[in-house]
Amino acid sequence: MRGATRVKWAVGVTAVALTATACGGGTDSGSGGGSGGGIVRASWGDPQNPLEPANTNEVQGGKVLDMIFRGLKKYDPKTAKAENMIADSITSSDSQNFDIKLKSGWKFSNGEPVNADSFINAWNYDALLKNAQLNASFFSYIDGYDKVHPDAAGASSSATKLSGLQKVNDLEFKVKLNQKFSLWPETLGYSAFYPLPKAFFSDHAAWLKKPIGNGPYEISSYTKGSQMSLRKWDGYKGPDAAQNNGVDLRVYTDNNTAYTDLQAGNLDLVDDIPANQLKNVKSDLGSRYINEPAGIIQTIAFPLYSAKWKPAKTALVRQGLSMAINREQITQQIFQKTRTPATDWTSPVLGAAGGYQAGVCGDACTYNPTKAKQLIQQGGGLPGGKITITYNADTGSHKEWIDAVCNSINNALGNNKACVGAPVGTFADFRNKITNKQMTDPFRAGWQMDYPLIQDFLQPQYYTNASSNDSHYSSAAFDNLVNQANAESDSSAAVGKFQDAEKVLAKDMPAIPLWYQNGSAGYSSKLSNVLLNPFSVPVYNEIKVK
Amino acid sequence: MGRYVIRRLLQMIPVFIGSTFLIFFMVYALGDPVAALFGDRAPDPATAAQIRHDLYLDHSLGAQYLHYMKNIFLGDFGTAFSGQPVTELMGQAFPVTIRLTIVAILFEIVIGIALGVITGMRRGKPVDTGVLLLTLVVISVPTFVTGYVMQYIFGVQLKWTASSVSPSAPFNELVLPGLVLALVSLAYVTRLTRTSIAENTRADYVRTAVAKGLPRRRVVIRHLLRNSLIPVVTFIGTDIGALMGGAIVTERIFNIHGVGYNLYQGILRNNSPTVVGFVTILVLVFLVANLLVDLLYAVLDPRIRYA
Repeated sequence: MRGATRVKWAVGVTAVALTATACGGGTDSGSGGGSGGGIVRASWGDPQNPLEPANTNEVQGGKVLDMIFRGLKKYDPKTAKAENMIADSITSSDSQNFDIKLKSGWKFSNGEPVNADSFINAWNYDALLKNAQLNASFFSYIDGYDKVHPDAAGASSSATKLSGLQKVNDLEFKVKLNQKFSLWPETLGYSAFYPLPKAFFSDHAAWLKKPIGNGPYEISSYTKGSQMSLRKWDGYKGPDAAQNNGVDLRVYTDNNTAYTDLQAGNLDLVDDIPANQLKNVKSDLGSRYINEPAGIIQTIAFPLYSAKWKPAKTALVRQGLSMAINREQITQQIFQKTRTPATDWTSPVLGAAGGYQAGVCGDACTYNPTKAKQLIQQGGGLPGGKITITYNADTGSHKEWIDAVCNSINNALGNNKACVGAPVGTFADFRNKITNKQMTDPFRAGWQMDYPLIQDFLQPQYYTNASSNDSHYSSAAFDNLVNQANAESDSSAAVGKFQDAEKVLAKDMPAIPLWYQNGSAGYSSKLSNVLLNPFSVPVYNEIKVK
Repeated sequence: MGRYVIRRLLQMIPVFIGSTFLIFFMVYALGDPVAALFGDRAPDPATAAQIRHDLYLDHSLGAQYLHYMKNIFLGDFGTAFSGQPVTELMGQAFPVTIRLTIVAILFEIVIGIALGVITGMRRGKPVDTGVLLLTLVVISVPTFVTGYVMQYIFGVQLKWTASSVSPSAPFNELVLPGLVLALVSLAYVTRLTRTSIAENTRADYVRTAVAKGLPRRRVVIRHLLRNSLIPVVTFIGTDIGALMGGAIVTERIFNIHGVGYNLYQGILRNNSPTVVGFVTILVLVFLVANLLVDLLYAVLDPRIRYA
């Protein structure tokens, strides 16, 4: 009898466990496969933060925002030029006070009109410290930002509204900046400046579950972490309506799997070709492989706050190191020409009018091992006899190219211990070390532009105490030229001043420009008219489906 | 028996508290997650401080842990950086991984034990040598290799199955990933069963059973297999937890949004609520699976008693 009870017990426990799992397994809904007429199935990455315009600072979330929103300006996908979208005109007589007039007839997909309040309320929300928006600093040029968003940790805001924003009427508002900034209107195409409907404020949680915008697409369903279905919004009156019926964005954890799915016919568009497939991609896809320059530059930055790199003559060492790197060979062999050797601190996507000028870096960015060795010796040799280059090892396969760069430097110096890579486990840890000024040797740095302006490549990274000045570089000459550029009312004169400022960088070399990154994408034979914009994001609304 | 179960359940409490504290401490030691939220841009101190305050990161480690445990008992596992409650993430991820685990365990039980019995009964014969060699190959090839190869052959070339799993992850799409996940353990199950069976074929009770004139089927299943299964059950039991937590590679290859995927994301983003929440549940799964294994011993071998 005892045996029998034991069996009952065990069976009972197992049955409970099985029921529990069956319960879990039963809550299954929705189907993934199958694409209806005119739908683009595209790869996606899980957005890091909630999808709010001013809280999204990475490409994956930005992708969606650019599909469901339109702002005052929009960057032309081919020329990167900022063109008026909702703005009818943005005028200023002094580069500091701007008058913004809106086009009438714009609506959010829930029927609300897009008016001056949609912008003013959104910008006030975005800038307010309490809302902890990651992109709040984009509003720092607007008058009153210091009251709404004091800079010091632990401070609290003394106002809830930006005093620099003033409504004139439903279709017009005025903006007062706290400094002259002639190119400011050109920044307004960035997603942080998108307008928000009343629904955002009245039911925030519901809005986050299914964001409502004013763009060519609306979100039909969103399963966080897995999939978002966007459908063409028929009420969209803008000039750039969607050419397809919708886009299904599927989250891939591994770009290899996305590429496999493209080959197997389960996916139409991949905008991140895995590095190990670059060799085959041309034979696999032929003309359906895109490799275009994007507004991304990779550099090696130096911690100029460290005693090692403080002495003025170490600038010669930095120039020498830059000269010792064989950019041509590394971009060809490691990146299969998906990167272009850099000769300045901006990006070719800006175009000549936007401020890109090849060769600003001069000799310092031309491979010359003999001269490199000379310069390094003149500068007192490598501080401490050797350098390490720190990188994060968790993503982006940085190890390969760091090793190649070190190899190139070691060859030039004839010393195979002169340069080694120093991996850091996670990106978070890597960023913490940089933010806390714990670096003593160079580290990898990358910059992806927020808006296609030469100002965005130079000021945030190299201006004294600027938000992303990881080197803590400070040069009165550089700052002065940037200030002059921002005060210019003529944009080509402003660009000229910025280029002068770049020449200061060539001399001090706070960061070695390595290469410009290209965007690479591949698509199925079902699609046509696929192109990448200067941010290396596919222009979804232009894609045609067969 | 009842007392034994209660004692075991009570023992789980310190194990649970200890392991969650360790995990909490380890994720905490990975560093401050806030800087990474800002990407390549340095965080402005005020926003960073506000986010730390919102996430309760501006307290000491001990206070954070107490706050976290208090919330867990209230059913609140915190919020991931994407603004999604961790319980919601679990609700999406665990059913998927449980289905994947079920498929894998079924493969282990059905194929693994069957192969083990066949080879154990025919020691030294060609079948035995062949299977031994095959399991050796399976054990020595890493999962990501078999995963990618099988995905390419069956998904891209032959198109028998989809090369990746859709978000809803129904059972039929999980057959191939389940097999990939199960392969290594399956090989171990085969070898364990084989050894155990081979040992017991010479046991007295088997000889007696044969001498009594029982049919061969009954001898093998009721007498031989039942007594040989104890080490195998132990292995499979602990494997449930290992499979659920260790599915990172398989889930990545087949784009399955399960537990492994969420853990991976959580660690990459230093997101302690996600990692600690998921691991806490995994710890519970481990504990319950171990209890079940111990209880199953009694079914297999009535001589085992619980005091």
